[in-house]
Amino acid sequence: MQRDERQKTTIPFWRDERILNILGQVAFVLAILFVGSLIYRNMQAGLAKQGITLSFVFFNGVSGFDLAESLFAYDRNSTYQQAFLAGLLNTLSVSIIGVLFATVLGVILGVARLSTNFIINRLAAFYLELIRNLALLVFLIFWYLGVFLKLPRVKDAIIWPGDIILTNRGMGIPWGIPTASFPTFSLILYIGIFLALIVFFSLRVYSQRTGRAPLTLLWTVLTFIFIAFAGWIVLPEKPLMLDLPLVKGLNLSGGKILSPEFLALTSGLVLYTAAFIGEVVRAGIQSVPHGQVEAARALGLNGFQTLRLIVMPQALRVIIPPLTSQYLNLIKNSSLAIAVGFPDVFYVSNTILNQTGRAVEMIALVMATYLTFSLITSVLMNWYNQRIKLVER
Amino acid sequence: MTEVNTVLPPLSERSNILRWMRRNLFGSWSDSILTILGILIVYWVLKGFLTWAFTIAEWQVISINLRLIMVGQYPVEHTNRLWLWLGFLVFLSGNSIGIWARQSKYAVGLLIIPVLLALLPFGPEPRKWLIALTVTGLIGWGLGRSQPEALKRSVIVGWVILLPIIVLLTNGLSESEAGFMSIVKTNLWGGLLLTFLLTVVAILFSFPIGVLLALGRRSELPIIRWASVAYIELVRGVPLITILFMAQLMLPLFLPAGWTVDRVVRAMIAMILFSAAYLAENVRGGLQAISRGQFEAAHALGLSGFQTMIFVILPQALRLVIPILVGQFIAVFKDTALVAIVGLFDLVGIAKTVLAQPAFLGLQREVYVFISLIYWVLSYGMSYLSRQLEERLGVGKR
Repeated sequence: MQRDERQKTTIPFWRDERILNILGQVAFVLAILFVGSLIYRNMQAGLAKQGITLSFVFFNGVSGFDLAESLFAYDRNSTYQQAFLAGLLNTLSVSIIGVLFATVLGVILGVARLSTNFIINRLAAFYLELIRNLALLVFLIFWYLGVFLKLPRVKDAIIWPGDIILTNRGMGIPWGIPTASFPTFSLILYIGIFLALIVFFSLRVYSQRTGRAPLTLLWTVLTFIFIAFAGWIVLPEKPLMLDLPLVKGLNLSGGKILSPEFLALTSGLVLYTAAFIGEVVRAGIQSVPHGQVEAARALGLNGFQTLRLIVMPQALRVIIPPLTSQYLNLIKNSSLAIAVGFPDVFYVSNTILNQTGRAVEMIALVMATYLTFSLITSVLMNWYNQRIKLVER
Repeated sequence: MTEVNTVLPPLSERSNILRWMRRNLFGSWSDSILTILGILIVYWVLKGFLTWAFTIAEWQVISINLRLIMVGQYPVEHTNRLWLWLGFLVFLSGNSIGIWARQSKYAVGLLIIPVLLALLPFGPEPRKWLIALTVTGLIGWGLGRSQPEALKRSVIVGWVILLPIIVLLTNGLSESEAGFMSIVKTNLWGGLLLTFLLTVVAILFSFPIGVLLALGRRSELPIIRWASVAYIELVRGVPLITILFMAQLMLPLFLPAGWTVDRVVRAMIAMILFSAAYLAENVRGGLQAISRGQFEAAHALGLSGFQTMIFVILPQALRLVIPILVGQFIAVFKDTALVAIVGLFDLVGIAKTVLAQPAFLGLQREVYVFISLIYWVLSYGMSYLSRQLEERLGVGKR
């Protein structure tokens, strides 16, 4: 009681750290509010001069522009909202395809970098050093202007085995067209997924109960493939009809036509990001002490078992966090689509912005979109990271 | 006594190239297949590239436009101002090498660069300047070597005033056309010059902001901490291009009517704000690695919080993260390419200008390969120097 009183009397409030801290923070908030309100007032005044009030009502208007590609039916009579959605889906598809291919190529590069084979090792090292020091934008533009648009014209198209047609109008690949029995087949596929999940979880339970480590993923995938294959055989009419790309006059038809813009963007992003993923994978594998491998061998595990049960679980813990940030980089870098003219969400938003003059709304919307993407990816990868984390007592 | 004189030299495995090949290339069946595959890839890539580079490619597009690629539309009559600051930069580098890195290989490296550049088809005028640069560097190095103690202070001052001098000389002084050092408008800045300026400004200005943000994120004051976290995560969650667009389109709206900010400066602001968030995270990594004992010891010695940070914590934390920071700086350098999308004429933007000339239509490969080469050489050079610096400072050893 007495001490408290003395403290109160001896420290004046302007030297009491607790009070100073609070005062400092209040001053900080006030300063932020002041600057914020200043910016807001200026913005209001500027927008009023242009006759614009902030709102998203314009989003329901007719866009009036075409998009080179869209995953759903879109034309110039659609609304801005639909245009934005088309761009969003394009970004998503580029990101998903990019992440998948970049991971596969990155793992191959990372493993090749550690190979004892001199030539493979040097090749991977050369690739990593080459790509990691290039500017991504230049790389993308090079793929677009220097490679895919430089392919021969349609009448001199390059035809690769497997009916792949390469021209400066894009690449045609064989594709399947759903037939009348496709709905039944997709039902079978759902059943396949369901059964595969059952296999997955029962193997998990089995492994937890017995302490054995069955090849869960392999059996899960095999189950699905088996069901799908059985469905394909059993159905009287084939659910998918093979559609081969053809050169017709001055254009490609049939199959699936991938535009040069899409190809340049995805191949550029994949080849670039894979180099960084390769480095992440190499570091992860190297982080596992060699004694672990030797101990596993001493216990009688073979090479594959050592990799699957000893090295990979430990390497993954090191790999996952930087891998996440590489995935995020790929998603954010897909916004460079604007440099090659691929209508991703940023490109479409920029077109809308130029047409309507709604800079504030569109930039806010694009930023919110990318933030959401980043957030979802982080949450997913963090969840996975939690799962594989070292369980400590 | 019998003298046994049959000591054989130890079997040297390395000298036996066949054995080396057997172990490293043809250890097993799969290994042999990989080796052959690898050799085939090397053969195809090399053959394709060399055939293109020496028979098909029309490199005159580079030699004719070299000036454009280097400095953009910067007026010819003012180019000597750029040479002047470049000379100052080379002098300071030579001086610093002479004083601190007492190995001649760095000096040779520094002096050989202008000589090599002089071999490029620049024309007579730039060649003279490049030779002058070599001489300047040599003088600086000689002075640094002979008078290391006397020059230390002035060299540090020189580095500090380097950026103002560069900006002053590039931008100019007097408004009138005929006056002394007339102003060169920023829309004429271009090529490597603009890329260089954007990079240097972004790195230098984002550094203090990044450190402040990192400290803010570690602060015990909740509002400061949350504000820092919000800023860092917001900026890191969006692509750089959105921030560049925001600076170009929305910054004029945020300012009072009548205020204008130059387009190049707007791009610089965007780069600074973007880079600061990433830098903050890197610095935070270093701060987290400093043990509590350091804080406590500094406190026990009677240092204030501010003094503890400046003299004890930050020097250690920053030294720990030098490699990561250099990686970040290289990323900034590569990211400046994006200003081409908002219409500036940096290396990438100027490539478009070059290719838009009717005489050079269809030469995209040559131009973009050359631009890539510039990015590659400079990025690789930076990472090489940083590895050398790490060795000298013993990062991670102490």
